[in-house]
Amino acid sequence: MTEAAADKTFSFKLVSPEKILMDEPAMQVVVPGEEGDLGVLKGHSPFVVSVRPGVVSIQKTTGGDVQKIFVAGGFADISAENCTVLAEEAIAVDDLNKEELEQNISNLKEDLGMVQGAHDKQRVENALVIAKAKLSAVTGTLQL
Amino acid sequence: MPSLKDYRDRITSVKSTKKITSAMKMVAASKLKKAQSQAEASQPYAVAMSEMLARVATSLPADFAGPKLLVGTGAENTHLLIVVSSDRGLCGGFNGNLARRVKKEVAELQKAGKDVKIICAGRKVFDILKLQHTNLIIKTYTGIGQKGRVDFASAREITDFVLQNFADENFDVCTLMYNEFKSVLTQTPSAQQLIPFKLPEVAGEVSDAKEEKSGPIAPYGFEPEESVILGKLLPRNLGVQLFRALLDSAAGEQAARMTAMDNATRNAGDMINDLSIQYNRARQAHITRELIEIISGAEAV
Repeated sequence: MTEAAADKTFSFKLVSPEKILMDEPAMQVVVPGEEGDLGVLKGHSPFVVSVRPGVVSIQKTTGGDVQKIFVAGGFADISAENCTVLAEEAIAVDDLNKEELEQNISNLKEDLGMVQGAHDKQRVENALVIAKAKLSAVTGTLQL
Repeated sequence: MPSLKDYRDRITSVKSTKKITSAMKMVAASKLKKAQSQAEASQPYAVAMSEMLARVATSLPADFAGPKLLVGTGAENTHLLIVVSSDRGLCGGFNGNLARRVKKEVAELQKAGKDVKIICAGRKVFDILKLQHTNLIIKTYTGIGQKGRVDFASAREITDFVLQNFADENFDVCTLMYNEFKSVLTQTPSAQQLIPFKLPEVAGEVSDAKEEKSGPIAPYGFEPEESVILGKLLPRNLGVQLFRALLDSAAGEQAARMTAMDNATRNAGDMINDLSIQYNRARQAHITRELIEIISGAEAV
């Protein structure tokens, strides 16, 4: 990395409750905010964003490879020099399996018909939203 | 008077006990190391979470009432205690101290005319509390951290249950009781109020000071607005606090077991020494007696 490029990076952290998953300088990060995706570059104004289940894309250098990581919702704390994403669950998009997810989704749909009580229903619905987001993350990368 | 064989048998049995306790001590030491590194690894998330909470809280509009998790239900008639203990025993006063503390708390609350409900995380404290307070215990979780590490999923499971009960207005105040890991030698039973949640004010000041150093502060933006984010942060924070308590308790359990087993090993050593002395005395007495018998027999001839 040349020095000019190094100037344009900021510190990116992906943290789960159990450990730090990623702590590296990045060029550009796209965070799936609740009210729309959010591209973060160095010098971004300070922001706290609620993250929906979706894909965080990390680009470490200009024109470099884009790393895609699925997060099951969380929060992002953005400032000029830092971007910290707090995620309860994170998994590399490449590690997601389309068939398994489709199976999972149909299972959850079945469950949804069977469960009673508003809370249980809510829980299954949440799981379904996450599973669907995972699937679209996978199919999204397949189309590329 | 015990015979020489009795002494020998006792010494052998104490020796094998000593072997077991010293092995348990070493196992506990290695598990403690693992538990501590896990607790350390979970730190950044908790820190980031509390910083974020402080940030959101400081920029809330003054007239904002706040969600129920923050301001409470307005009543405090029913208290929910979440008690975090271990599943296994042989760790000194670890569970006993906590149970005593919980009993005291329950007695005080009941004296003040409050209803008390208890959630037990960990089998041991349930075993103790069920003798007195069976009707208060609404749920027990066991098998947390059984595979050598505590999953966040277990914390989330308990959090979901608590939040559901809070939404159903089954309790007004929620307190977490667990053994705080002070050091390898001391774990103190402590209580932390979870609902209504007290915002970490000190943490907010600290992070503000840090920002001042790094240059001019731009006001924070929020998306969606502050109150919505706060409403989402609080339930998650509950999970984080609970997870931290589970980790603390897991590390504390191993530390307590290590100390207890260290003591047991030392006591076994002392006991072996005492028994050996008694054994030698008995042996010498035996020899002396035989000698006297022989000599007096010879003299009689």
